Amino acid sequence: MSLQEYKDIFYNGVWKQNTGVVQLLGLCPILAVSSTVVNGVSLGLATALVMALSGAAISPIRNYVPNEIRIPVFILIIAVLVTVVQYLMNAYMYSLYVVLGIFIPLIVTNCIVLARIEAFASKNPVGASAMDGFAMGLGLTAVLAVLGGMREIFGHGTLLSGIDLALGEATKDWVIHVVPNYHGFLLAILPPGAFIGLGCLIAGKNWLNLRKERKARGGSAMVMPVDAGCAPSSH
Amino acid sequence: MKRIARASLQSAANLVFFAVIGTAVLASTFFLTHDEIVKSVEREKLKLITQIVPATLFDNDIMQDTLNIPADLLLGNEDITMVYRARIKGEPSAVVLEAIAPDGYSGKIALILAVRANGELAGVRVVAHKETPGLGDYIELPKSPWIKGFDGKSREAYKDADWKVKKDGGQFDYMAGATITPRAMVKAVNKALQYFAANRDKLFAVSATSSPDKGRSGVVKEKQK
Repeated sequence: MSLQEYKDIFYNGVWKQNTGVVQLLGLCPILAVSSTVVNGVSLGLATALVMALSGAAISPIRNYVPNEIRIPVFILIIAVLVTVVQYLMNAYMYSLYVVLGIFIPLIVTNCIVLARIEAFASKNPVGASAMDGFAMGLGLTAVLAVLGGMREIFGHGTLLSGIDLALGEATKDWVIHVVPNYHGFLLAILPPGAFIGLGCLIAGKNWLNLRKERKARGGSAMVMPVDAGCAPSSH
Repeated sequence: MKRIARASLQSAANLVFFAVIGTAVLASTFFLTHDEIVKSVEREKLKLITQIVPATLFDNDIMQDTLNIPADLLLGNEDITMVYRARIKGEPSAVVLEAIAPDGYSGKIALILAVRANGELAGVRVVAHKETPGLGDYIELPKSPWIKGFDGKSREAYKDADWKVKKDGGQFDYMAGATITPRAMVKAVNKALQYFAANRDKLFAVSATSSPDKGRSGVVKEKQK
């Protein structure tokens, strides 16, 4: 595998085929744990770790597992890896483990994990599969971080609250009070805020794509009746 | 027919093979992390306990001086819970009880409270709750100092009529828009103090059953889920 191919896989996972805003897979954790940056990033990284490990674990056995029972075998391996990650978090990041609670074991049921195994790891070599899982997970982490940041600023007026749960007491004063004496905005904290935020992110991604496309077509931006309807610059 | 049987046997063997490997991996991770997990649970619990039992109130190993008590209506528990005893030079100084307020706005609120030997509250903390974020969650310490209003209160100073929120003619503050939550809390704390008064000697007794039982040390953790 050449470096370029790895780069392509990375770009594909983090941006082009982003799980959160393009594939829209694994929405349950996105909506549930994106209430703060720390929660979102922690679960995102745990998912990325599981995806990279499961890609690396399943790719070498892809030719030995009979086609009929591949799904149960894949799920079994994913479940084992998730439980290993859960044990490790329970042992070494206990307070974060308590905060994320049920969503760690639920990584098993996150459809994005099995989807990437099916679509990629069961057809590609080890290195590429691990890279694909990691990049996809990183894309998810990025969405969770941005969405968590938006909800945290609007909901609580802070950023990085709870960082001490992940990195220890010493980091307690990393918390940024963006808006001092903020009274909180309930809608952003509750699940509807997550839906609205995710909607904005998807819209933003589409807008960036459109802009890029238009630039690629070279200067023809002045007359564009075809997509004038959905291009935000038209008003 | 024979071919189908062979194919399914092969699939089964395949699955069993992966299940065995998976189990082996899990078992070894479990053994490697188990001690650390028990330690972190204990550490976290001790942190919570030392928040409500001032260090000046005990010189014993509070995590080891425990007692299992059966479920009691006054505490609102449905299961055996563990009591931690604080002592100074062997003299009882405070106990840490777990209690449940069953009638929060959205279900149960799990509390731990420390009661001094004289029946005064040393402190109360919420361990788990499902109250509305931004409205009823001011019972959590980082969100608001409201819960410190319980410090120093006792059933000697306050009669039953005082153990209510101010809106109902009692002595306890509440925040407009969320009275059901503090109402449930005040009621639960009052009941827990009644339990303490009725069982004081039993709670401090140095019994043979007070040996630390690792198997039940997950009580607080289970409540948090």
